[in-house]
Amino acid sequence: MARITLDNLAHSYNPTPSSQDDYALKELNYDWEDGEAYALLGSSGCGKSTLLNIISGLLMPSQGRILFDGKDVTRAPTAERNIAQVFQFPVVYDTMTVHDNLAFPLRNRGRDETYVAERVQEIAKMIGMEDMLRKKARGLGADAKQKISLGRGMVRKDVNALLFDEPLTVIDPHMKWELRTQLKKLHHDFGHTMIYVTHDQTEALTFADKVVVMYDGRVVQIGTPEELFERPAHTFVGYFIGSPGMNVIPAKVEGTKAYINGSEIALGAGYAPVDGKVEIGVRPEFARLSESEGLPVKVRRVEDAGRHKIIRAEFFGQDINIIAGEDDPVRADMTRVTFDPARVNVYANDWRVAPQGGEAA
Amino acid sequence: MQQKTTNHKAWFLVLPVLVLVAFSAVIPLMTVVNYSVQDTFGNNQFFWAGLEWFQEMLSDERMWNALQRQLMFSGIILAIEFPLGIFVALNMPKSGFWSSFCLVVMSLPLLIPWNVVGTIWQIFGRVDIGLLGHTLEALGIDYNYTQDTISAWITIIVMDVWHWTSLVALLAFAGLKSIPDAYYQAARIDQANRWKVFRFIELPKMMGVLMIAILLRFMDSFMIYTEPFVVTGGGPGNATTLLSIDLVKMALGQFDLGPAAAFSLMYFLVILLISWVFYTVMVNLDKKGM
Repeated sequence: MARITLDNLAHSYNPTPSSQDDYALKELNYDWEDGEAYALLGSSGCGKSTLLNIISGLLMPSQGRILFDGKDVTRAPTAERNIAQVFQFPVVYDTMTVHDNLAFPLRNRGRDETYVAERVQEIAKMIGMEDMLRKKARGLGADAKQKISLGRGMVRKDVNALLFDEPLTVIDPHMKWELRTQLKKLHHDFGHTMIYVTHDQTEALTFADKVVVMYDGRVVQIGTPEELFERPAHTFVGYFIGSPGMNVIPAKVEGTKAYINGSEIALGAGYAPVDGKVEIGVRPEFARLSESEGLPVKVRRVEDAGRHKIIRAEFFGQDINIIAGEDDPVRADMTRVTFDPARVNVYANDWRVAPQGGEAA
Repeated sequence: MQQKTTNHKAWFLVLPVLVLVAFSAVIPLMTVVNYSVQDTFGNNQFFWAGLEWFQEMLSDERMWNALQRQLMFSGIILAIEFPLGIFVALNMPKSGFWSSFCLVVMSLPLLIPWNVVGTIWQIFGRVDIGLLGHTLEALGIDYNYTQDTISAWITIIVMDVWHWTSLVALLAFAGLKSIPDAYYQAARIDQANRWKVFRFIELPKMMGVLMIAILLRFMDSFMIYTEPFVVTGGGPGNATTLLSIDLVKMALGQFDLGPAAAFSLMYFLVILLISWVFYTVMVNLDKKGM
């Protein structure tokens, strides 16, 4: 186990980067705490796999350092870093048995056979494959293969971190849930540092203690699932997390009030004058249809999602989504929408502005 | 239950294929069967001979010797072309200009007509004017494929290796290219050495195409005719008289139609048998997971 420090780290696939846009991963400083489970969340091409490959040593960063427990490993090859990685597609050695697959990393490091056999048994028990050790890996299903690659990673006791690169992409939906639960349990029981790359918010939020949201090569927010939900630091976090995502509406902010096309909206706190592109963001969960107060909207569609209803409304060409409870009434005369003032966030140039007098509890 | 519709007119759709196969394969083959059980003295007069020709051929040392030479030839070229082809594929650039360049250069021998290949090597190896033959002679090495058995064998084997190793390399390369990067990355994480990467990642992933390549190269080399015929004409003596060369000598040189037909059928059956055994073994190995 190790604490992983990223020091001024940045990477460009272009050997002579001329502008910020050339960087697939923009400058980043962060400490990954020992024994925590992290999720790296972002859409395709946001730089999350680049970051993962830099940590695992498959890629050399163009600037900055990476340290394991304070030791600089920026130039160390993958094998020396003692990390384990589970890839998007299951990587197993087809012609070997499950047992030999699990034993492979230990045998390559010249451990003696009694130790190997003992360790393989332990791991097989951890991943629930004790009765399959004699089978060839080739004939197994994708989920079993993914478990093998996971086990191959954990078989080394001194492994510094377990990295997952969208490991559940090719797994059937019902197995996804089971594997994720098992991963969480393994993390809980053995306390490996885990970094889990995904573009699936559900996976990220259910798996991780801390979620690192990336957008356009930049880490836009690091926080617990709750923080990401309640106080998205960037409009991207707002609409990427949540289903549907946060409503982001251009507005003018003055003190404790916001104005949208002349309509007044109450804010939960006061704000100093803000410059640039000003928007307010409010999650559909904190918007409510009403008969008499709030912004006048045109309700276009109501989708019943089972446990709740999603109301798709429009306000002067601007989409507003509202989540209403299954039993909340939606009537033709309800043509206005109100927001919970305490849940309205203010954004300037896509970044969240802290209210005056600090955050509300 | 759904009513099954019967429409005999549908047979007409299959008819063109049946006619085509009949004329391209079944009828010529049956003609050969017809020759193999009869004897003729010309004038289109045929006499029933039963299995006589087959018995004669089976007890004829000439055919056994040709078969022996043929097996040796196929065995040697397979043993050289596969390791060499795989080695070349492993060392080819994986992408970019040089990758395309290698692919084009390696395809060139495959595009040359067989008798041209034969002619190239026939001239190349000549002691008086050939670059290879003359150079070897100048170096004091005794090389003369028209008189020396070993030289003749080396020439036709090197020629076949030159002509066909590319095919193995190209197929192996296609197999290698289909391996996702993640496998190599996993191997690095697992600290597998170069040999283990080859043995446990590359070879298993190439197995499918290599199987087809072995089958193709075996059948092709077992039926080889043009190139050795152009270079050595089966000589010196009978040293490089392979099965098909012997067959042509018998059928067209001596006009022994009956024995040649019996020979052809047995030749055909041998290829069929070996290919079938080979295929079955490979498929079973594949099922068991090597």
